[in-house]
This record gives sequence, C-alpha cells and structure tokens, in this order.
Amino acid sequence: MNQKTIQVEALESEAIYIFREVVAQFEKPVLLFSGGKDSITLVRLAQKAFFPAKIPFPLLHIDTGHNFPETIEFRDRLVKELGVDLIVRDVQDNINSGRVKEETGRYASRNMLQTETLLDAIEEFSFDACVGGARRDEEKARAKERIFSVRDDFGQWDEKNQRPEVFDMLNGRIDLGQNVRVFPISNWTELDVWSYIKKEDIEIPSIYFAHKRKTFLRDGFIWSADDAIVYRDKEEAVLERMVRFRTVGDMSCTAAVLSNAVDIAKVVEEIRDSSISERGARIDDKRSEAAMEKRKQQGYF
Amino acid sequence: MNVLKIATAGSVDDGKSTLIGRLLYDTKSLTDDKLAAIEEKSKQRGFDYLDFSLATDGLVAEREQGITIDVAHIYFSTRKKSFIIADTPGHIEYTRNMVTGASTAQASIVLIDARNGVVEQTYRHFFINNLLRIKEVVIAINKMDLVDFSEEKYNSIKGEIEYLASKSEYKNQQLTFIPMSALQGDNVVQKSNKMDWYGGETLLQHLEKLDAEDIHEFSQVRFPVQTVIRPKTKEYHDFRGYAGKIYGGDFAIGDKIVVLPSQTKSVIKSIHFFNEAFARAKNGSSVTITLEDNVNVSRGDMLVKINEEPTITKQLDATICWMDKEPLKALQKYYIKHGVNDAQAKITQVSSILKTDFSGKIENPSELALNQIGDVQLMLSKPLLIDGYHQNKSNGAFILINPKTNNTVGVGFIR
Ligand SMILES: Nc1nc2c(ncn2[C@@H]2O[C@H](COP(=O)(O)OP(=O)(O)O)[C@@H](O)[C@H]2O)c(=O)[nH]1
Repeated sequence: MNQKTIQVEALESEAIYIFREVVAQFEKPVLLFSGGKDSITLVRLAQKAFFPAKIPFPLLHIDTGHNFPETIEFRDRLVKELGVDLIVRDVQDNINSGRVKEETGRYASRNMLQTETLLDAIEEFSFDACVGGARRDEEKARAKERIFSVRDDFGQWDEKNQRPEVFDMLNGRIDLGQNVRVFPISNWTELDVWSYIKKEDIEIPSIYFAHKRKTFLRDGFIWSADDAIVYRDKEEAVLERMVRFRTVGDMSCTAAVLSNAVDIAKVVEEIRDSSISERGARIDDKRSEAAMEKRKQQGYF
Repeated sequence: MNVLKIATAGSVDDGKSTLIGRLLYDTKSLTDDKLAAIEEKSKQRGFDYLDFSLATDGLVAEREQGITIDVAHIYFSTRKKSFIIADTPGHIEYTRNMVTGASTAQASIVLIDARNGVVEQTYRHFFINNLLRIKEVVIAINKMDLVDFSEEKYNSIKGEIEYLASKSEYKNQQLTFIPMSALQGDNVVQKSNKMDWYGGETLLQHLEKLDAEDIHEFSQVRFPVQTVIRPKTKEYHDFRGYAGKIYGGDFAIGDKIVVLPSQTKSVIKSIHFFNEAFARAKNGSSVTITLEDNVNVSRGDMLVKINEEPTITKQLDATICWMDKEPLKALQKYYIKHGVNDAQAKITQVSSILKTDFSGKIENPSELALNQIGDVQLMLSKPLLIDGYHQNKSNGAFILINPKTNNTVGVGFIR
C-alpha cells in the first residue's frame, strides 16, 4: 500500500461529487455521449466516481448520422471496455417517418433535429436526469446554466426562473414528466479539459489530432469535403490540408482548424496559445447572437 | 488547476461589467472572435470606446433591458492562476443571486463609483460578504478618472468602509482597497501612473497572490456519505466503500472515527481514489473510504473523528436569506437539504429581519419576504448533524425547498 496523500483537484472533485449526487437523487439517469472529448472526459469522471463498481447508468448517443466514422469506432470500443450499456437513437428515423424535416441548402445541419430525437428517447426510457458535457465557458448563454437544470415536459429551459445553487447543495426534486440536465464539468474551460485528457492519458478519437484531410473554405472556415454530408458549391475548391477538429459534433456544422498538433501535448500547447474560441468554429452559433439561447429554450442540450 | 473563485458586486452602472471586460482584455483572455464581436457591437451602438460589458452580458432578456439579471460565470487565467468570476447583479431585487454567486467564492470584489461613494447598495453587498464570511474582500473604488484621481476621495470612501467593518460580526475579513479606472485600465492589470499616492498592488497582482489554501478556513473534519459503493464483482466481492467529499480537514488510515447518527465507532481501513489506494486524503477531496468494522452506513450518515462530533439536533437557529416571491412565514413547512441529507422542516418562529445597512433588526416580523435576511427558528422531522456556519461553512449551511414547486426558496446559515 502506498504512503501517499491525495489532494483531488478542485474541478475533478466537484465533478465526481456531482455524479454521485445524480445517482443518489435520481431513479433513471443517463449520460449523453457524443463521442467528443467532453463526453469522453465525463465517462472518465463517472468511472472515478464509482470505482471499483461499474458506471451505474447507460450511455445515450443521439446519432445525427453525420458522424465522423472515427468517432463511432471509438465509441463502440470504449463501451465494450467499460462494460456499460449503450443506447443509440437515430435522427434519421425521425426524418424517415416525417416527424422532422431535413434542412437543405448551404448551412443545412442536423444539430437542431437532435433535440426531437433526444426528447423522444427521454420519454421512451423515462430518464429523469441526463448528464451532459456542456461547459459555461463555451458560450455566453451557457455561462448562466445551473449544474442541475430543470426541463419541463417539452424539454424547455426557463432561464429566468432557475433554481439558485448555493454552496454545493444540488436540488434535484422534480415533478413527474420533468427531467434534469446535469453538467458536471460546468466550471471547466476548454483548456482544463485538454489538460485533463493529457494528465489522465485518456484516449480520444483521432480526428482531434492533426491529420491530412480533403477540405474546402467557406466564410473563413475550413470544412470537411465529404459530399454525402456537407453541402458544397461547385466553385468551392477542395484541397488537402493539415487540420484537426476542436469539437466533433455534426460533421456538417463542425469546422476544422489548421494545425500541426499531432499529439495531446501539442494540442494542449496549441489551445493555450490559441485565440479563436471553440464555438467560433461552429457555424450554427453564428446564425444569430441569440442562437444558442433560443435553441436551449426549445430543449437543445 | 488551482482555481480561485471570485464573486463581484456593485450597483448598476458602477462599472462591474467594464471591470470584468477590462480584466479579460488586459490578460489577453478575450479571443479574437469575441473581441471582434465587441468591437463591432460597440461601433454599432455608436460608442467611441470598447464596451467591455458586452463580454459578459449573456441572456437575450437582459440584452433587451441592458442590465445583468442573473449570475454569469466568467473564466480566465494568467500564468500564475486560473480564475472563475461569478458576475452577480447589484439590484436590490436580486440579493438572492448575489448570495448564490458568493456562496462558492473564496474572494469577493465590491465596486464603488468614486463619484457616489458608499451608497445603500454598498452596505448590502458588504453585509452579504460578512454573512457568508468571505475572507478576502477587495473594495474596488472605480471611475477614479472622473474624480481627478483624488487621494482625498479615496481616503474618505476607505474610511466609511472601515467604519462599517468595525460594526460587523466577522472579524477575520481582510479588506483591500484599490483605486482604479476600469474604463481606462488604471490599476486593474496595469499599474496607474496617475495615482502616485497609491503604493499598493493592482487588482490582478492582488488576486494572483491570494492562495486558495489560505482563504479556506480549516475546522473539524466532516465526511457526509453520498452513496455506498458495492461492486458485487468477483474481484471486489466484499468491498463496501463510502463515497463522499471530505470537508474541513484531512482523513488518514487508522483514524478513529464515529459514524453518525448511529454513534458506531470504527477505524478507517482504506482510502481509495479511482484505482489507487492512499494513506491520507486532504480537505476537498472526493474519495471512497472503507472501515475496519462491518457497520451499517447509508447516504446522509456522516463520518467524523472521535471527540469531534457535530451537534445532533431537531431544532435549528439560523439566519435565512429568502429567495422566493411567496414569503416565509411561521408554521409553514419546507424540505430542508443540509449537505447531502434531507428532512422536513417547520418554521417555528421568525424572530427578526436583519437590516442590511447594519442599523439593527426589526423584531418579530410577520414574515420574511423575497431578498430579506432574518433570524428564524425551525423544527425538523429528524435530527441533523450540524455545525455553526462560523465553525464549518459546508456543514453549517442548508437550503429550503418549497414542497409544492420544488424550487429552492431560501438559504440558511446555522448560528
Ligand atoms: N469614466 C469612467 N467610466 C466608467 C468606468 N467604468 C465604467 N464606466 C462607465 O460606466 C457605465 C456603466 O458601466 P457598466 O460596466 O455597464 O456597469 P455595470 O452596470 O456595473 O456592469 C458605462 O458607460 C461605462 O463605460 C471608469 O472607470 N471610468
């Protein structure tokens, strides 16, 4: 046995505390897993919270069908290692059945459509707590999100009527039909997440590291030239560039950045020196300044 | 990840948003796209300077009204430290947000407009900082450019605050006075060359120097059990670990402990963090602990060292900050959440309303209205394991929940 003293870092300790509250306060929690670095970090924190027991809730992936293939491979491997259940629900199903309409044109994306599929899944499984990897530093409207954020039957967020969160007491009391979105890494910044991934030596999908990719330019952003998924004008020329992604959401609305950071140490360095915020590379936030807030009121994560 | 959490408070237009924006700008924490957005918006609105307040105001509603209405969290870091600023609004009706923002803060900044000096709002902010026992308080005397950087003005405001401090109950509070101009950047990150009479540090120098360890007040160790971990796998067949966070001090293997409320004595057998075992765990760590004896422990129970037991009681005397439109009244029932423990509570008496300008109390009021702070007595459905807030912050605070709406309606500080 080792003689060491442990001082758990404040942010990590807080996240673990939150996970344990989720399990103690809710009947059917679920972890929303996108395959991105934030949700992978959440998985590691959940492992830590309950070790040596397994993570005591399933993972839910709302699949836009626009994933980077690397993400899916990675997801399946991780789930197997952890021995947890993975639930996948496809946005495509709702499109096929005509419940939602696929966007068309230059800025078409399935980001909005995810909401409907998520709400359906919540109802199907009666989930009462959905744990997600949103961070308050991502975007201005998120800066005011609570750690336990109550949603009504329609998944709506009432930003003016949020429960005060004092000290570390988390009030998870809800009525039937309501559910709570939980954000254990609320207080982390992008750099905190990357530094943690490095420190913990956590494996992440390869698209986070610099690689050669066929891309084209639009509005000052670099897009993956995957014609099946990303709309491209004929004039928009394809070129091979050395890039990496900072988020791995829907391929059709996730821009790449030029990068030579081929490993985690270099990525951390690059983020530290970087001067474009992470969501700057997400086209759908640019549509309007109030975009995020509107989507959240409608139940978007 | 050494993070310092800072709460801010000021009246409307004292320059809080400008100060935060200035901190972000001068520490190069504003990213290019955010800076560009601020430049563009400032131009659109016809300003000839950068309106940094645009960096923090988040919600549509408040953009429309042009005011800050909720707690926003802002993140920035320097080479030395990471900071989280809880940006709390200054309007009277939003006292609850200030308490919320300040409850997790280790330091606080109170803004004062040098032209107006100490106003009613300042009393309230100062009062709340006292009630919450925030150890480090910076009094930022802002808009010095509008009073000719006058030392006299600075001294008179400083004097007024020191007089207030002499009336407050919490004596360990460290006050630091900094004259500044958030708009022009004097003494925020860069030292001002217009106030030679001020020999102190800039705001950032001061904040960087504050050590989170120092600010924390140590006390007796409390380990409220959040959940019991029983893997029931072959490898860990008999493992029974108590998961929770350590508050107030350290725990080590071999420590003689008591499990409360059952009063069962045992000894700490092992301390786990993920897949490693440790001999000792420090204050603030979320760990899993096992005991030598096979005792019955469940959520809400508490492990403490022998002879360091908290009070076990069904009666509470507390100062409550009320956060709901429906007032608190005697005989009403609420859920109480004390740490990870839940019970029901009945208000037996509302004894007084505290005047936040330090001018005393109103005795025997009929109720406590939204944003009022008062002394209240409660009766509980089951005994809780409590400390005074002045002895142990985390074990001395609780929240009240309205059973009809499930909303958090009040926060209490046990006396
Ligand atoms: N002259 C001067 N004006 C300031 C200073 N700080 C803020 N202001 C102005 O005061 C007004 C209110 O500032 P703002 O930051 O929005 O105040 P808040 O309501 O406390 O967030 C704005 O017009 C600012 O430009 C300062 O140090 N000097």
